[in-house]
Amino acid sequence: MSSIQIENKSAETETDLKELAQDIVQRAMQGGATAAECVIREGDEFSTLVRLGEVETLKESGSKSIGVRIFHGQRAASTHSSDFTRAGLDRMLSSALELAKITSEDPFSGIPEPSQLGSISGDLDLYSADVYSLPGEERISYARRAEKAALESDPRIKNSEGGSFDAATGHKILANSHGFVGEYRRSYCSVAAIPIAQDEKGGMQRDYWFSVARSLNRLESPEQVGKVAAQRTIRRLGARKVKTQQVPIIFDPLVANSILGHIFEGVNGDSVYRGASFLAGKLGEKIAAPQVTVIDDGTMVGGFGTSPFDGEGIPTRRTVVIENGVLTSYVLNTYTAKKLGFQTTANASRGLAGTPGIGPGNYFLQPGTKTPQQIIGNVKEGLYVTEFLGMGVNLVTGDYSRGASGLWISGGELSYPVEEITVAGNLKDMFLNISEIANDLEFRGSVASPTIRIDGLTVGGE
Amino acid sequence: MTYRSPYPARGHPITVDNNHFFFQHYGLSDRDLERYLAAALSAGGDYADLYFEYLSSTSLSVDESMVKSASQGISAGCGIRVISGERTGYAYTDDLSSSRILHAARTAALIAKGPAKTPTAGFRQKAARSLYPVALPSVDAEITAKVELVMRADTAARGYDPRIKEVRAGYADELRTILVVGSDGTFAEDSQPLARMNVSCIAKTETNSARGSAGGGGRVALDFFFGEKTPEYFAKEAARQSILQLDAREAPAGDMEVVLGPGWPGVLIHEAVGHGLEADFNRKQTSAFAGLIGKKVASEKCTVVDNGVMPWRRGSINVDDEGHATQETVLIEKGILKGYLSDKLSARLMGMADTGNGRRESYEHIPMPRMTNTYLLAGEDEPEDIIRSVKRGIYAVNFGGGQVDITNGKFVFSASEAYMIEDGHVTAPIRGATLIGNGPDALTRVSMVGNDLKLDEGIGTCGKDGQAVPVGVGMPTTKLDRLTVGGTAKREAGGFMQ
Repeated sequence: MSSIQIENKSAETETDLKELAQDIVQRAMQGGATAAECVIREGDEFSTLVRLGEVETLKESGSKSIGVRIFHGQRAASTHSSDFTRAGLDRMLSSALELAKITSEDPFSGIPEPSQLGSISGDLDLYSADVYSLPGEERISYARRAEKAALESDPRIKNSEGGSFDAATGHKILANSHGFVGEYRRSYCSVAAIPIAQDEKGGMQRDYWFSVARSLNRLESPEQVGKVAAQRTIRRLGARKVKTQQVPIIFDPLVANSILGHIFEGVNGDSVYRGASFLAGKLGEKIAAPQVTVIDDGTMVGGFGTSPFDGEGIPTRRTVVIENGVLTSYVLNTYTAKKLGFQTTANASRGLAGTPGIGPGNYFLQPGTKTPQQIIGNVKEGLYVTEFLGMGVNLVTGDYSRGASGLWISGGELSYPVEEITVAGNLKDMFLNISEIANDLEFRGSVASPTIRIDGLTVGGE
Repeated sequence: MTYRSPYPARGHPITVDNNHFFFQHYGLSDRDLERYLAAALSAGGDYADLYFEYLSSTSLSVDESMVKSASQGISAGCGIRVISGERTGYAYTDDLSSSRILHAARTAALIAKGPAKTPTAGFRQKAARSLYPVALPSVDAEITAKVELVMRADTAARGYDPRIKEVRAGYADELRTILVVGSDGTFAEDSQPLARMNVSCIAKTETNSARGSAGGGGRVALDFFFGEKTPEYFAKEAARQSILQLDAREAPAGDMEVVLGPGWPGVLIHEAVGHGLEADFNRKQTSAFAGLIGKKVASEKCTVVDNGVMPWRRGSINVDDEGHATQETVLIEKGILKGYLSDKLSARLMGMADTGNGRRESYEHIPMPRMTNTYLLAGEDEPEDIIRSVKRGIYAVNFGGGQVDITNGKFVFSASEAYMIEDGHVTAPIRGATLIGNGPDALTRVSMVGNDLKLDEGIGTCGKDGQAVPVGVGMPTTKLDRLTVGGTAKREAGGFMQ
């Protein structure tokens, strides 16, 4: 296989896109907008999947798209396009101006104040060209090595959904009519393995493991990834159901992550101002156990959730969301901050279309001091959850009910695998009942949690 | 087939003329297409295809009784695929100039190693069905009419009950125009309209809050929402659900009898058996259903089909995203596993027929076997008799969604509206709960199947490998003798509810 040539985006292209974004904003203003914002995104992606040693897919491409959001007084509208021809851009602009005629006057709408705009300075270490530095054969070899390590680590690993290697780079430009213009690039690469194990009765189990990094240098070895994937898969073989009961539950970091995510959704300004969250109006109140401190930090060097400015051009920052169990801040963009009478926390997330949403920077639960083994060791009978199935979460009521699988804890040790069970409770109680937080915080994405223990949940089974 | 389709086709034209959209708008010619395919096969390979897509979309929503946002978008591109044995090379471009398409074709070609192949000369365009012949695609309809729809939904939901405090209503539509050409002479065009409305409400009292949502649509024109399914219809349904949930009690936990209502609960069929019967997982032997063709996987009351040819339905398509005509495929007949859902690659590698289920989210994605409209056929039981037969269990009529682990077969689906059944009667509403089961044996526990088959309202989107495609689900009232319910209800005198 020959290596694939990636087109190098020259510095000239960069300037062009910044100028283009500013030009679009200017033309929107000339067309009658009272405020405007333009975003351009371009990116390249490469991915390969190797299954049972053979290349199964190889995908490579680049794309570029543009979006504009305009205001006509207090009315807003947005349009987007992948057509960068003069005619395509004209059409995008005129549609936006037309569309703004039919939306409603919203007293809280608008772009941020000029004084709020800016970028954090310094090298945030978000981009490394090395994600594309490997020749084609080497990339495939990463995927192949991960799968091979999984297949070779145990005779019961008999099949596989493959090993994969992915790389991507993205470039984002934002400009608005208060004169803000900013851009940043981010890169990403990952290696993963999804082995399938089979027991003597023919029962199959699948699990996975992965490593992800902004630079190839920081990626874990494919062998390590494959080995962990195999261990995670093998330990699920022979899983059984358990009786319906209430026991302490330990959540491994990947699943604890999703519970932490519910806190983010619950304190998201959008859910808060419309009362669509059981955490609305709880600022200053105790909503979690005293050892719970949750932070959102969009400024961490090299972080997966780091950017110099948010989706509205506001410098990112560090926000303590929960301090020692007390809710200290909602997470906000400009609109929801105005609605609630606060300052934005620079959490605006912006796709090409529509109004900005709210998304995390690097959002995490502060680790404790015990090891996960110590925490498991303190549980006589309990459940260690390693995977959730389904989305049974209701933020309005806090009702929580999800499919789960994992391992049963007996006498402080992981004893046998369990599956086809549910874990149910209410998030209000769950956050308050986080009784242990381990020391194993590790970022494998923009949201990260250590292992946690929660008491009082119902395990549904036989 | 041993059953009649419950949805007789309406009178609609047999063929459709898409007027060579990409020829007209991008100056493409047969010669260009041949050139691109030749570039794709320049390093050998068994097959190559080009997927051109032009997607135009609109969305708007009302929130706090204001139309806070409206947006329109256009995206166009071409995806080029080269298949060599079991390998797939893929590249795409959002720039439809010759040089960019040729570049992408040469990139995709790198999957193969060998002497160049020549594509079949001449394209054959087959007569295609026209399952959704709209005169004016909704995406081109007056925006003011769409504003009226969401405003009416807002008014209706707020008028339903003073406890309804928050209402959001959204309308979204799109028109996807595609052209698929293959090195085997395949040439297929389609214009696929899609529209949907969604309403969500929050009801509040001094002590309680609850949510409810409803929506619907299909491959329909805007008039659908002014006639068949009005904004008021969806608004009242969302409002009703949220008011109902205010008084819901805790759901029980553990194994029990479960009755599923008609329509959207068909998500059970989608998760429990649908995904596991997609051919890719069976070709790779990674599905819990691998090797079970001809075996009993459900009670004899169960016949399950996937039907891509239902007029106006959200999950229907005239041709799949590989240019192959869609069809009605029997997956399970009277409890016996009959077949899989295939795309071109799996059909060829498994030596089976292509069922026209090769779908993709967009030109950026590689097609794979996907469901269209998947449902359990009607049986003979009266729905009331089914409820009456249950001593203690739950009756679930609305669901949020589901998920399945293909390999071990475990699936979940989350009830958003459900009730207790006590001594043969539907009693109190219960809070949302997840139901969990095992795909290969869940349907063996189906003991009664109602005569009231219904499909969902047209809001389903299925995700697989990061690709989302619109689908439909359906089922009649159905009783499963045992399924695990993930509630929280505390111990009652000596044990968990059972």
